[in-house]
Amino acid sequence: MNQPLLEVTDLNKNFGGIIATSRLYLSVEQGQVHAVIGPNGAGKTTLISQLSGQLKPTSGRIEFEGRNITGYSTARRARAGLARSFQITSVIMPMTLLENVMLAVQGSEGHSFRFWASVKRDGEMIDAAMKSLVEVGLDDRADRIAAQVSHGERRQLEVAMALAMGPKLLLLDEPMAGMGSEETARMVEILSRLKGDKTILLIEHDMDAVFSLADSLSVLVNGHIIATDTVEKIRNNSDVQQAYLGEEHA
Amino acid sequence: MRILPRTVSATVYTGFLVLLAIAPWIFSVIDEPFYLDLLSRGLILAVAALSLNLILGYGGMVSLGHAAYIGIGAYCVGIPAYYDFYNGWLHLGLTVLVSGLFALVTGAICLRTKGVYFIMITLAFSQMVYFTFVSLEEYGGDDGLVIYLRSEFPTWLSMDSPVALYYWIFTVLLITLFFIHRLVHARFGRVIVGSRFNEDRMQSLGYSTYRYRLSCYVISGVICGIAGMLLGNFTSFISPEMMGWTRSGELIFMVVMGGAGTLFGPLVGTAAFVFLEEFLSRITIYWHLIFGLMLIALVLFGKGGIHGWLSAFDSEEERG
Repeated sequence: MNQPLLEVTDLNKNFGGIIATSRLYLSVEQGQVHAVIGPNGAGKTTLISQLSGQLKPTSGRIEFEGRNITGYSTARRARAGLARSFQITSVIMPMTLLENVMLAVQGSEGHSFRFWASVKRDGEMIDAAMKSLVEVGLDDRADRIAAQVSHGERRQLEVAMALAMGPKLLLLDEPMAGMGSEETARMVEILSRLKGDKTILLIEHDMDAVFSLADSLSVLVNGHIIATDTVEKIRNNSDVQQAYLGEEHA
Repeated sequence: MRILPRTVSATVYTGFLVLLAIAPWIFSVIDEPFYLDLLSRGLILAVAALSLNLILGYGGMVSLGHAAYIGIGAYCVGIPAYYDFYNGWLHLGLTVLVSGLFALVTGAICLRTKGVYFIMITLAFSQMVYFTFVSLEEYGGDDGLVIYLRSEFPTWLSMDSPVALYYWIFTVLLITLFFIHRLVHARFGRVIVGSRFNEDRMQSLGYSTYRYRLSCYVISGVICGIAGMLLGNFTSFISPEMMGWTRSGELIFMVVMGGAGTLFGPLVGTAAFVFLEEFLSRITIYWHLIFGLMLIALVLFGKGGIHGWLSAFDSEEERG
């Protein structure tokens, strides 16, 4: 049996008296798209923030490629190969899309204590960044300022930045958040092209998207994972239907 | 390789630098040596403003204590001179060492904070330096210290005549401009600018932003220290007054007036500041009032400062 890429053991997070994550176990296999679903306030973003290092867990253990990374800073986890996209779009607004992605490439290329050579003339870095923009279909907008493109395009930029880091694991926090149906369809198409090639932990609200993308699925309720299984089995699990999917899927 | 500047703003700045290069000649022709003094002082302040712009404009670190480095640089000339050590390399080396160390130690603490707390703690550290020098009776305390001779450099680098000192200052200014230009377009500078807008995002891209910001803070401190070393040589009288918090505030004013986060902004901002200070104070003793009103107008209407106005004339595709 292969070791999973990401292994979370007994993760707990309390904010004062509020339990945001409770006895959470999760593992993501190499090459899989694993989705985490759950109702609002179930602790999905809290979970991803603990995985990417923005939040320190109260207790528990996070292993990545067999290494305990629980004590690593956000930046160190990113350099180890964990790339995160944000639910609330987080890009460098006054920079162009290309400059944003170039920063992602640069971050994955060792230290940046280089004071002289202009990045504008760094052909290799520009090529690498353009490749990621092509993957999300933004190459024709490379020179637009991030603040001036549409919300959906900024969501695509988020994914391009995560891809440009050359990550071993992509943590995508609701990539379809706030998108119209056309934009959602485009994002599903982008992500399905990555499937098989990249290992992805996908947090998503849009059920149709999850069912078409994920290989396996965990259901998060009140900070605790109540079921983990293949997409088919979760669909037919009555506990899950009661807890989350509701009448229409029953 | 392009020879002529492409934009209106670049043309103005190039013309400005050319004027500065031939200024001593102009002033000797019109026989107004006083203006050379005024210009020398202005260019020293411009170097200080450029250094502040590196952290404030590009890095988003608003320091209200930057004048401390001017004082440190000046005393790195004054104190050795007090013991009859006039070697210029000693003065320069000491300035780089002391201002760099001071920036490293205080920056390591300041950069743990953000926003208003950062402003207050940089102010606190600069006031500590201020009162330290006030209490140092040996070096004149409040009354200051007279420097009888300028830093001694080999003949070709001598700063003994006013014109030689002016070109010393002008060269330091040019080197600083070129260095900052390279820096902000290099990998290091991209991290600094990115961290100003979205530090969390930069961390999740793999950057340990604290290290980069601290390094930037140290570079800025060293450049400002060198400005202080020049000011010590220029005034030949130094006192804790040079590093009062009002001077730090004036430096912020120069940066914002010219255009924070732009290469030439602090230079034209300083020029405007020195010009206004000099000529408004001749017209009325209430010149501070006019000054204050202009500052308010600038904050309310002047987006991007003087550089912002100039680049409004640049055509769309050439801006940037």
